[in-house]
Amino acid sequence: MDITVNILLTIATAATPLLIAAIGELVVERSGVLNLGVEGMMIMGAVGGFGATYLTGSPWIGLLAAIAMGAMFSLLFAVMTLSLATNQVATGLSLTLLGLGLSGMMGTSFVGQPGERLPNLDIPGLTEIPVVGRLLFGQDPIFYISIALTAAVMWFLFKTRTGLTLRSIGDSHTSAHALGIKVIRYRYLAVIFGGACAGLAGGHLSLVYTPQWVENMSAGRGWIALALVVFASWRPWRVLAGAYIFGAVWIGQLHAQAFGIPVPSQFLSSLPYLATVVVLVLISRNKRLTMMNTPASLGQPFVPDR
Amino acid sequence: MKKLLIALMTTTAAMSLAATAEAADKLKACWVYTGPIGDFGYSYQHDQGRLEVEKALGDKVETAYLENVSEGPDADRAFERLAREGCKIIFGTSFGFMDPEVKVAKKFPKVMFEHATGYKTSDNLGIYNARFYEGRYVLGQIAAKESKAGVAGYIVSFPIPEVVMGINSFMLGAQSINPNFKAKIVWVNSWFDPGKEADAAKALFDQGADIIVQHTDSTAALQVAEERKLHGFGQSSDMIKFAPNAQLTSLTDEWGPYYISRVQAALDGTWKPDNVWLGIKDGAVKLAPYTNMPDDVKAMAEATEKKIAGGWNPFTGPIAKQDGTPWLKDGEVADDGTLLGMNFYVKGVDDKLPQ
Repeated sequence: MDITVNILLTIATAATPLLIAAIGELVVERSGVLNLGVEGMMIMGAVGGFGATYLTGSPWIGLLAAIAMGAMFSLLFAVMTLSLATNQVATGLSLTLLGLGLSGMMGTSFVGQPGERLPNLDIPGLTEIPVVGRLLFGQDPIFYISIALTAAVMWFLFKTRTGLTLRSIGDSHTSAHALGIKVIRYRYLAVIFGGACAGLAGGHLSLVYTPQWVENMSAGRGWIALALVVFASWRPWRVLAGAYIFGAVWIGQLHAQAFGIPVPSQFLSSLPYLATVVVLVLISRNKRLTMMNTPASLGQPFVPDR
Repeated sequence: MKKLLIALMTTTAAMSLAATAEAADKLKACWVYTGPIGDFGYSYQHDQGRLEVEKALGDKVETAYLENVSEGPDADRAFERLAREGCKIIFGTSFGFMDPEVKVAKKFPKVMFEHATGYKTSDNLGIYNARFYEGRYVLGQIAAKESKAGVAGYIVSFPIPEVVMGINSFMLGAQSINPNFKAKIVWVNSWFDPGKEADAAKALFDQGADIIVQHTDSTAALQVAEERKLHGFGQSSDMIKFAPNAQLTSLTDEWGPYYISRVQAALDGTWKPDNVWLGIKDGAVKLAPYTNMPDDVKAMAEATEKKIAGGWNPFTGPIAKQDGTPWLKDGEVADDGTLLGMNFYVKGVDDKLPQ
């Protein structure tokens, strides 16, 4: 039983950063903006989180710093693409490049320094319950944030008027503008929210997943998060499913290898990517529904005529 | 997408180098790393070697490096760029740079090339390597002494001879102490991804291993060992700070002395393509201070280290291959060629080698 719990906990840790970054990007894309800088914002969050923890000794301050760092970094993207109407794809890519380089430079003095791990939740009496105790009440704080965030984004996008407005901007910014909606303001907020989420995901990497700072430690997770959003056809619960399928298959294949199952390890390593794509394609088979969910003005720059 | 990104990064990095490459008269020595120099592992150690060159040879040399260069065709561009920018001697530090370096070396016959851990040479391309397997034999012996379960978890990157050799040597060492010792092997297909390495360590511990060995570059696996109050070995650099209660020792690389001698040779005009394989006795392979183990285990490890430094090779027969067919007769020592191309397991390894 213990091993099952351990496996589930490992899966949750692997899935959490993907989920948080993807949920943030989902909101950004729902507002019609494509930010390919997730990887860059994530790594900035990671270095910010580690740095603040290293300097203050408190991983909680690190957590806030990670969020702030991601948000601040995304502001750069927002100013470029929203106020100056630059190409979103190019700007997003350069944001990633800039983030990877800048974080490496900022983190030079943190290399080789052990970090402080964000403590797991520990509720006396509840965490000790066999099996479910550790799963429900004994994980790291960011895990709970990620689940709450997914639920909150679902509620916000589909149950609130502001959420509806945001989605309408993503579908047609010109119509929204004609109706007097402040397109640019909404998009600014969405992009900053996405940045904060990516930063938090990065903070998870350097404060929970592997409490250390090393260059490039995000190792492509930002790109996986981006792909998850598309394959989940911009639906929050599917992003959750996608992140956990990815995590589960990834951890599963490690266990399969350790167990000695005679399947080529290269195939096993590619399995998470394959499985996630297949599952998400299957659940979004309905073409019409997918079309409906795709933000129609995704990636197009918006310049208000007046 | 990631490929494209790395290509972009390489080009931008190379271009920024161009701006600083003007100084005349100095010999320009350049390095290409596959990981970031901030990995605190393999690439970090090579870069420490570069810094030692700067320190030792002072203003006679100028150094430059490219980091995060992906193995494969992208590397062509990196080497060519450096050669065009006036690098006189270029060190490629990763196995996957072999073919790109061979290709670029042909194009620039006046530039001196050196490639680590590979096996192809030419008129202006030498190879150098460290006998990491010597250290891994010691790790195997310690693991067999220290593991209560008799099972080690072994995290590996890619099935190249270097890695296979390491697994074999580790197992030979372990089985010299405990003939029934087992290792569970997990391939993560990456040299550097702390998250993946941590996940692999957790999976291996969950499946009953109680000691972790790695042939990947980050400290993540050791941190997991620390959390679980189990033991493990560091890799490339001394990682004791990350796992003060878990690290038994660390297999570290010291490239500095070699780099200094080669750059000096280039300065003197005596450089010739070389084929060196440095080991414990040359100080290129070092074991970090033995910690978290009883004195008798420490004494045993030190004795083995000394024996290897004295010239004994862990690949000394009798050794059988995995399927039981004999490989080395009693007293026979494996030749370097076989080791450098090693693509089979020795007896007792419980894994199917990916081909």
